[in-house]
Amino acid sequence: MSRAGAHRSGVPVARRPRADETAPGELVVEARDLALRFGGVTSLDGVSLRQRRGEILAVIGPNGAGKTSLFNCLTGAYRPQQGSVTFWPEQDRPTELVGRRPHAITRLGVARTFQNIRLFPALSALENVQIGTEVRQRYGPVGAILGLPHARRAERDGVRQALSLLDLVGLSHRTHELAASLPYGEQRRLEIARALGTGPSLLLLDEPAAGTNPAEKRDLAGLITRIAGTGVSVLLIEHDMRLVMSVATSVVVLNFGRVIAHGTPGEVQRDPAVIEAYLGVADDTGGDAGGADVQAGPGAATRKDVR
Amino acid sequence: MSVPPPGPPAASDQPAASGPGGGAATVPLRVTESPARSAGPSDPTGSSDPTGSSDPTGSSGPDGGPARPAWHPAVLFTRARLRQLGVLLLVGVLAAIVTGPTGNSDKPLQAAKDSIIDVRIVLYLGLAVALWVVLVLGAELRGALERVSAPVRAPIGAAYGRRGAPIVLNLVLLAIAIVAPMVVSTAAQQSMVNDIGIYALLALGLNVVVGYAGLLDLGYIAFFAIGAYATAYFSSQTAMPWHAPFTLNPFFVFPIALVLAALAGVILGAPTLRLRGDYLAIVTLGFGEIIHLVANNADNVTNGARGAFGVPHLSIDLLGIDYKWGIDPLPYYYLLIVIIVGVMIAFGRLERSRIGRSWAAIREDEIAAEATGVATLRMKLLAFAIGASVSGFAGVLFASKQFFNPQSFSLQASFFVVAVVIFGGMGSRLGVVVGAVVLQGLAFYLRDKVPPADRYIYFGAVIVIMMIFRPQGLVPSRRRRREIQLAEEGIGAADSLGVAPTGGQQ
Ligand SMILES: Nc1ncnc2c1ncn2[C@@H]1O[C@H](COP(=O)(O)OP(=O)(O)OP(=O)(O)O)[C@@H](O)[C@H]1O
Ligand SMILES: [Mg+2]
Repeated sequence: MSRAGAHRSGVPVARRPRADETAPGELVVEARDLALRFGGVTSLDGVSLRQRRGEILAVIGPNGAGKTSLFNCLTGAYRPQQGSVTFWPEQDRPTELVGRRPHAITRLGVARTFQNIRLFPALSALENVQIGTEVRQRYGPVGAILGLPHARRAERDGVRQALSLLDLVGLSHRTHELAASLPYGEQRRLEIARALGTGPSLLLLDEPAAGTNPAEKRDLAGLITRIAGTGVSVLLIEHDMRLVMSVATSVVVLNFGRVIAHGTPGEVQRDPAVIEAYLGVADDTGGDAGGADVQAGPGAATRKDVR
Repeated sequence: MSVPPPGPPAASDQPAASGPGGGAATVPLRVTESPARSAGPSDPTGSSDPTGSSDPTGSSGPDGGPARPAWHPAVLFTRARLRQLGVLLLVGVLAAIVTGPTGNSDKPLQAAKDSIIDVRIVLYLGLAVALWVVLVLGAELRGALERVSAPVRAPIGAAYGRRGAPIVLNLVLLAIAIVAPMVVSTAAQQSMVNDIGIYALLALGLNVVVGYAGLLDLGYIAFFAIGAYATAYFSSQTAMPWHAPFTLNPFFVFPIALVLAALAGVILGAPTLRLRGDYLAIVTLGFGEIIHLVANNADNVTNGARGAFGVPHLSIDLLGIDYKWGIDPLPYYYLLIVIIVGVMIAFGRLERSRIGRSWAAIREDEIAAEATGVATLRMKLLAFAIGASVSGFAGVLFASKQFFNPQSFSLQASFFVVAVVIFGGMGSRLGVVVGAVVLQGLAFYLRDKVPPADRYIYFGAVIVIMMIFRPQGLVPSRRRRREIQLAEEGIGAADSLGVAPTGGQQ
């Protein structure tokens, strides 16, 4: 891992092959037949999914479909009862992720954000990102206490990377402010910066646009595209179909813990099963027509909040 | 970690405590949060700050109460203020009784009656009222200042310096510490070494565990005992029945004790740090008691309750420096000052390094810390080992300074160190040292004034008052203060998500 550490700076680096240069079909992650149950509740029921390197893959589905559960299985937060997840780190051999601890998975190159933002609220924006950029650093307590050269250098590198990531997500003006004091939309972007700090090759975003305004959504679409442009594969959960349509290369639709459709955004949008699923949920929740969700509109993004 | 155990979690498995960011754990949260969060997108103005209700920079007053328009005498008589006065008066009465004449069993209430009709009570009640006025005026003054500077005052999240207390203040305090022993009695000097100095060192170590990593360790004194007994074992043939085949200068025992204590910390921590905060506290408590009981009862190993007698004093004969510490407390005092200052500087650097940030991350949101790649278990173990090694180190000093017996390692001692850390200000190096000075100073002051058994009443009272008026401690650390502030506003802190943090919940 230390080999990759040098350029896994967290700062997107130009040396990475661009998405379109990578051989098609080269996988970054593959989940096979995942099943996750909580007592009587089945949140994943044989989910399989493949993502090619450099691709932006969107996971959509009604509330409670199991999207977040899928993320939790990929990142080690939950351990599925069945199934496996293979991850191809950039220059390493494929690795099984199920059974590893979350921090180990992050160090392999899978970073995530949370649906309910989980920043370190009393730390500054910079410190939040630093914690990400420092995970691969090796210096220990002695180096820190004695201020040994390699520790100082690592510390400086961490700060530099964090600053450039803050710049990337447009938060340079917030560097020293507490995470908790940032507006909601900026907190979301700070979380993305923190995740990027760990130098991922696969980035999992759980509803990054939830609770943000239309202008912020547009910025976010740009940001996601830029991140993918640096060679980071993005797995995206999003309710806002306009956002999904504008950034995703392909889409997986979950419903009741199963994959009900898979294809390009256009194909998925026309899929009868998908329309059906959304309509069904709309009836359940008594909300407006499910079609509205598929057709986007900012309101759709936060339907789950209303629940 | 509060990640669910492998295998199918049972339905009764308290899912709320295990959901990182998704699923059932968030369901109750959504209910409470949705008004604030959904305000964003549905807000026609497109406000970019949907956190609205919990905006820390909002217009609420400095205490989180509603902003008062202007000063008015009536503020002296708000309910909170009157309650404050009531508490202080009660404390005054209590103080009058405990400092009054001692009773006897024939007339148990006589003493209380005597002290209540004594003039003493007037004094104490007067003091209580005076203290109240000072508190109220102080708060008002601060409020007024903040109102004046409100428009220019930076929000809570604004830039802040990275350093703790200003250097000048630290130097002044250091100067006072250097001069102080010269103007006090020998008995006080003794206490400054054995009680204040040693406890300041202990508190600095425990502060790493409690203040930085957020773990509650109630058996901390056990590592102190390990250091002390290691010294007796290695540096004297006579102190204990059990001794090394060779004799070492206590100076060389420092590194040994450091390693032994750290090792003990790791051995204790490795299996237990997976436990949630409260269980960890219980396990460490048990560990502390085990060490204490072994020391007390293993007569032909540790000399049991009689204690270890005759551990040589420190001496140094190196590079032309030849010095022997003796019964005079002053040389020990200055040695302690050097060590304490060194430890403070070292831990300051540690806190500002990636290691300190990892601890902060674990404290604030352990699940997010894991997801960001922080090896939470290992970092906690590191905090545990570092804290333990400081304790072991202090044990060597303690043992070479004077005779000791297992009483020094009782549960009470452990609690006292915890009290010092909480009282002084968790996470604040200067705070815990000041805490040791104040609490041990109080103990020394009370030594001839009240029966030993009563002493804890005073400690109790002081700590309770402290927790009411200043829960963040005497000299709080910035980070901790911000965390408390945010937690009061309902922001952040892992526990607001209904996820029990693995760390302590002090
Ligand atoms: N820790 C848990 N304990 C019990 N049930 C859970 C847990 N986590 C998830 N579930 C259940 O699993 C199902 C899927 O939840 P999940 O959070 O993955 O849905 P989602 O697709 O992310 O929904 P949303 O769009 O609302 O975020 C739900 O029925 C949920 O109640
Ligand atoms: Mg979800």
